[in-house]
Amino acid sequence: MIATTYAIPDVVVFVTSTMLILVGALGVISLRNPVHAALSLIMTLFGVAVAFIAQSADFLAAVQIIVYAGAIVVLFLFVIMFLGVGYGAKSNVEPLVGQRGFALAGVVITVGGLIALMASSHWVTGASSVTGKLATGQGNVKQLGTAVFTTYLYAFEATSLLLVIAVVGAVLLARRERATTRETHDEVTT
Amino acid sequence: MNVPAAWYLVVAALLFGVGAFGLLTRRSALIMFMCLELMLNAVNLTFVTFSRTMSDIAGQASVFFVMVVAAAEVTVGLGIVVAVFRRRSSTSVDDLTELKG
Repeated sequence: MIATTYAIPDVVVFVTSTMLILVGALGVISLRNPVHAALSLIMTLFGVAVAFIAQSADFLAAVQIIVYAGAIVVLFLFVIMFLGVGYGAKSNVEPLVGQRGFALAGVVITVGGLIALMASSHWVTGASSVTGKLATGQGNVKQLGTAVFTTYLYAFEATSLLLVIAVVGAVLLARRERATTRETHDEVTT
Repeated sequence: MNVPAAWYLVVAALLFGVGAFGLLTRRSALIMFMCLELMLNAVNLTFVTFSRTMSDIAGQASVFFVMVVAAAEVTVGLGIVVAVFRRRSSTSVDDLTELKG
């Protein structure tokens, strides 16, 4: 039924990316060892990258692999190694009674409502191709670059500021306090 | 013909739900950050899907900015986790109860 309507390669790509995404996501939330969870996160990120390529967002797929799987997950692993692999608190002890049940109910209602809305209404409204028709293949990089450096130039400059602030903040947070300042600090807190 | 956009939107919704569930139930701050990444990726996938549906580059530009913000957020967040760990020797969010009334 599906094969007659849609091209088989597209369906195969979709199923592959879906499997990668969902299996990886379930791994992240269920594995006890944080290193394994980080590796599951890489699997999900690869799945999302596959979905990006299937929808002709080539540049974003490359950035997804390089920045997310390459840099962010490595940062996670770095911190895990730095702090030591703790297996976390006993996950069967619930400080809040019924937390998991409520969380599951809330998530199921939200996602179910979302999918029901999607099935019963048209989500895509308004004029298409407002900022230019989507190019495929190599044109994607050029088009995205043009959009970022012209239409979204101010936002792009703001992100550079944001990154500088984040780097300075991270350095400040991770810096070990000097012995003298720590003593005064302890006096204040105790 | 490519598969319909609704399929990808459903996958993105499921991914968002899984991430939200993990964020609500896991205790380790590190795992909670990973779940946050899952949710951000779900939104990115939605953006790209709508970008294809509308044949408009704006959605992909938004994903670009979401990625930058996610990178900044992880940098600062992990810095905070390290700073907390130095004082508490723990990354469990259940141990941070100073503001309990």
